[in-house]
Amino acid sequence: MDIREYCRPKSIEEAYELLCSEGAAIIGGGAFLNLGDRQLSKAVDIGDLDLSFIKEDESRVEIGAASTLRDIELNDITRQAFEGVLSKTAASIMGVQLRNVATLGGTIYGKYGFSDMITTLLALNAQVELYKAGAMSLESYLNREHEKDIILKVSIEKEVTKVFYEGVRKTGTDFSMLNAAAAMVDGEFRLCIGSRPGRAKLAKGAMNFLNGIDSAKGSAGIAAILASEELTFGTDARASDTYRKELCKTLVRHCVTEVLE
Amino acid sequence: MKEVNKSIPKKEGLGLSFGKPAYTDDLAPRDSLIVKVLRSPFAFARIKDIRTEAAEKLEGIKCVLTYRNVPRNIVTRAGQGYPEPSPHDKFIFDKYVRYIGDEVAAVAAENEAAALEALKLIEVDYEILEPVLDYEKAVDHPSVIHPEKEAHEMFPIGYKPERNIAAEYHMSFGDMEEALDKCEYVVTERYYTQAQNHTAMETHTSLAYVDLQGRLTIVSSTQTPFHARRIAAEALGLPIEQIRVIKPRIGGGYGGKQSLHGEFITALTALRTGRPAKLVYTREEVFEASYTRHPMRIDVTIGADRDANIKAIDMKVLSNTGAYGEHALTVFMVAGSKTLPLYNKAEAVSFGGTVVYTNTTPAGAFRGYGAIQGNFALESTIDILAENIGIDPMEFRTRNMIKEGESSPVFRIMGEGTEGVDMVMESCKLDYCMKRAMELSGWKDKSKRRRQNGKKIKGIGGAIAMQGSGIPCIDMGSAVLKLNDGGFFNLMIGATDIGTGSDTILAQIAAETLGVSTDKIAVYSSDTDLTPFDCGAYASSTTYVSGNAVQKAAMKMKAQIEAAAADRLGLLTEESEFDGEAIWAKDRSKSISLKELSTELYYSYKQKQLLVCGSYCGEISPPPFMAGFAEIEIDIETGKIDLVDYTAVVDCGVTINPKLALIQVEGGLVQGIGMTLYEDVKRTEEGRLLTNDFIKYKIPTRKEINKLTVEFAESYEPTGPHGAKSVGEIGIDTPPAAIANAIYNAVGVRFTKLPITPEDVLLALKKKAFDMD
Amino acid sequence: MNISFRINGTNKNVDIKPGELLYDVLKSIGISSVKKACETSSCGVCTVLLDGRPIASCSYLAAKAHGHEITTIEGVSREAEILGSLMNSEGAIQCGFCTPGFMLTVIAMKRELQNPDEQAIKNYLVSNLCRCSGYEGQLRAVKLYMEVPQ
Repeated sequence: MDIREYCRPKSIEEAYELLCSEGAAIIGGGAFLNLGDRQLSKAVDIGDLDLSFIKEDESRVEIGAASTLRDIELNDITRQAFEGVLSKTAASIMGVQLRNVATLGGTIYGKYGFSDMITTLLALNAQVELYKAGAMSLESYLNREHEKDIILKVSIEKEVTKVFYEGVRKTGTDFSMLNAAAAMVDGEFRLCIGSRPGRAKLAKGAMNFLNGIDSAKGSAGIAAILASEELTFGTDARASDTYRKELCKTLVRHCVTEVLE
Repeated sequence: MKEVNKSIPKKEGLGLSFGKPAYTDDLAPRDSLIVKVLRSPFAFARIKDIRTEAAEKLEGIKCVLTYRNVPRNIVTRAGQGYPEPSPHDKFIFDKYVRYIGDEVAAVAAENEAAALEALKLIEVDYEILEPVLDYEKAVDHPSVIHPEKEAHEMFPIGYKPERNIAAEYHMSFGDMEEALDKCEYVVTERYYTQAQNHTAMETHTSLAYVDLQGRLTIVSSTQTPFHARRIAAEALGLPIEQIRVIKPRIGGGYGGKQSLHGEFITALTALRTGRPAKLVYTREEVFEASYTRHPMRIDVTIGADRDANIKAIDMKVLSNTGAYGEHALTVFMVAGSKTLPLYNKAEAVSFGGTVVYTNTTPAGAFRGYGAIQGNFALESTIDILAENIGIDPMEFRTRNMIKEGESSPVFRIMGEGTEGVDMVMESCKLDYCMKRAMELSGWKDKSKRRRQNGKKIKGIGGAIAMQGSGIPCIDMGSAVLKLNDGGFFNLMIGATDIGTGSDTILAQIAAETLGVSTDKIAVYSSDTDLTPFDCGAYASSTTYVSGNAVQKAAMKMKAQIEAAAADRLGLLTEESEFDGEAIWAKDRSKSISLKELSTELYYSYKQKQLLVCGSYCGEISPPPFMAGFAEIEIDIETGKIDLVDYTAVVDCGVTINPKLALIQVEGGLVQGIGMTLYEDVKRTEEGRLLTNDFIKYKIPTRKEINKLTVEFAESYEPTGPHGAKSVGEIGIDTPPAAIANAIYNAVGVRFTKLPITPEDVLLALKKKAFDMD
Repeated sequence: MNISFRINGTNKNVDIKPGELLYDVLKSIGISSVKKACETSSCGVCTVLLDGRPIASCSYLAAKAHGHEITTIEGVSREAEILGSLMNSEGAIQCGFCTPGFMLTVIAMKRELQNPDEQAIKNYLVSNLCRCSGYEGQLRAVKLYMEVPQ
């Protein structure tokens, strides 16, 4: 990796200013899966900005952008809140070596299709707080055009009554061939599917259906079909679109069943 | 047995665990030039022009090599005995590039950044040619991959480069038509296996420098230092006496380092610049531009009479050797020669086929070499046939399989590129292996009922396998033993320890033969200047071939010690006896300790150096055998297959070092399991490898391995050193068929193509449910 | 740029390029035990401990190590000797290339987890790949090591 200048700003303002120069990028945890030929004029290390925290109050859980996946896996708050789904999702990702380095902010900023955290956080209706653009839903953030900004934290309202995440991997260190998460948030059912291999998306048709039904009976199967039909699936080295569509039905069935129970 | 059949820890184990400098890259001098290779972006192209001036002018660049400024000698990179059964079809660099990753040019620079920058400055004009990517369409394809007039075979191997055929072979005995006519049950099936990658953790690395005497030294992660010396001399056009090859510790081989890789390039760089030069492959280069297992299409027909006696076996193979023909003929022949003898009562057997060139990464040697592919086809078909007959597949195997004291005509007919050798199985505990593996795995109980638990279904399946112990009448190993003052020995061996522990077990064999303890043996191996010849670590040869050489040397040493002591004690030679500590008169009237004798021989009494050499080239290749059972659990909603337990009972003769033998089997099993379930190889339509890193190419992690249950049969091979046969490869052979059979037994779907992925399983289950509707 | 960090208990100041990887910097200061095998954070071979926690040095910017403590196998010699002997007795050191990184991960695990069961052990060590041993010998050694008093 070719970096011309490495900066360690002491304030967010300073970090943002540095970031705005051409060819600059934020260095979060510094977890890179494949460095390739990347070139940066400035690498802006946000390690000194006190963004590594996990805290909660009565109404929400907040996770600083510099918290590592391993922090999320081990922290008491994330192990307990939301049935421990954040901890469980984090724990399923590759190995400790990566989780000790990869940060939540980095995962979200990259908007990676393979991300398991994004799938779970979307189902939980997480909010992302950016330095410049302010707070917005994770969904809006993912749909937004890329703009240089610094993610400060992610917060999740404690309106979640039930949540479930599942991913299917070939081996213990694989990315998910598909992942899914469902949650009941403030009485509304949310359902998200990721690693399609495109970026995680809410299955809104299936969500509408689930939010309109009176009885849970048989609804998981219908939601599975709706979700598999409304979303698009692609083929890559990991799995084919056909298989992903089938997996989508399976995972949605599991998630919906768990959440409606 | 005092020193063998004993789990002595590996001599270098602790040193390696502390990370002491041991591997090729660790040993490179600090001022080594960094070599990088420019690789072809096209599957098949002709270089019209190549301009290197800009790269040469870049600061820090010391040398740029292309086909224009290197010797043009055609060789095979296959590390095999001479003359090689592989076609000579490779130049150091050529005008043609034959796969994505093929070598176009190399640069040597003061540092990596400069080398990488220089690669970008080399301008190449390519004439893009139509590649041959589908090996089933390679024969007589309009594109001829090796049009060069120099390409040739060393002796008849069926080489027809104008038809893209790297090798061809056919054999048969008995009357196939007549035998099949007598069969009540006949099954024919077609199988496919993939281009598995070895994924040794140490990437292919070579280092070269010119020594004080002006000789070229190549330090390389190679499994075959002596072959590497011969082939490098040939390719570089250097007198062989000008080259020394050293194999330091190497970080995994499994066949992937049997063929040469960067040695020509680092050697030329060192010769041209006078500087040490090293080339360390990136992981991507290992995937794209080293070697793979030969992908094969195998058609098998097996016939049995109404009493379930196998009467006829026919096996036809199409093998893909990729862009170059390393090990093309031998790996393909082993698909038959190390599987067909398992069912030695067949009256008619035929085997044959073609190995083709394609514009993909070259295939080469890989643990199991052909046997694993052939075993998948043969042992899957045996289960299908047993079901058709209505007999338990293990009973069917037991009835038909080879037994101690028996032989097979295949042994005599099929060798490796040549005729084979006749041999009788003096040790074959396959019947015990089968019985014991059935007990351990619970086959009788588990195979008889469908075991479904919610959305998960369990199944069990098995297979048997055989391998060999070296290549008889071709591959030789040798050992030198030297007695030092104080009574300890140096054991110098050409044998190549690639992590297997062979340095330790060969010392154990020497110690056992001499009657001394293993810590009295200091081992030095794999240096073409300082150690005697050995073919290298391949074809399961080290314990048996090199081990026999060590045993012979040790017997000679013992005789020399006894003779020297007899002289010293005033006895006739036959009156003295060495017991490991001292040499005694047989009547126990007098003695001298080895410590005393050896010190006197150096300093005070009829001074001389005791030094002996033993060589061994096998006349036979006694096969190790095994039975393997896979218990699996299938998630019918995702298609995921979990391996619950893998049971293996192995007959490898006496285990010289039981713990190291155990790890050989366990490690082999897991590589076989990887090939069966996880190691998918995907390419684009243009022939670019997609699965070119550990993120996309998945080898099993420890989470995939729930339980391995491995035992050894009590067995003694009379021709082996202290009763041993080989154990390096046998473990890898059974998983493909055993797991495919287990899947069939669980869900009734037969998979004939590897790997068997969750995707394959789920889609097949859906199709089956649909067909049943 | 200049960074300073502690390596195996000693303070170290080095001049690095801003884009240099920790693996390369460790090599340049003469640490031979750290090996590289995948370049994609996937195999665990290049593991070092950063403030006691295992990370992949092949994919970690050296600049980020500024002010931190790096431990390689040379820095945990007592534990390495015990674990290495157990591994060697099981035959679980085959080619040895993955062994230092693997042992560092095991040592970190023992410091971090109380009485982990087999599944927890496998979860912790999952991205330490080994192509030689089939993992079972390593597991046998690790189970014995977890019983050794701290």
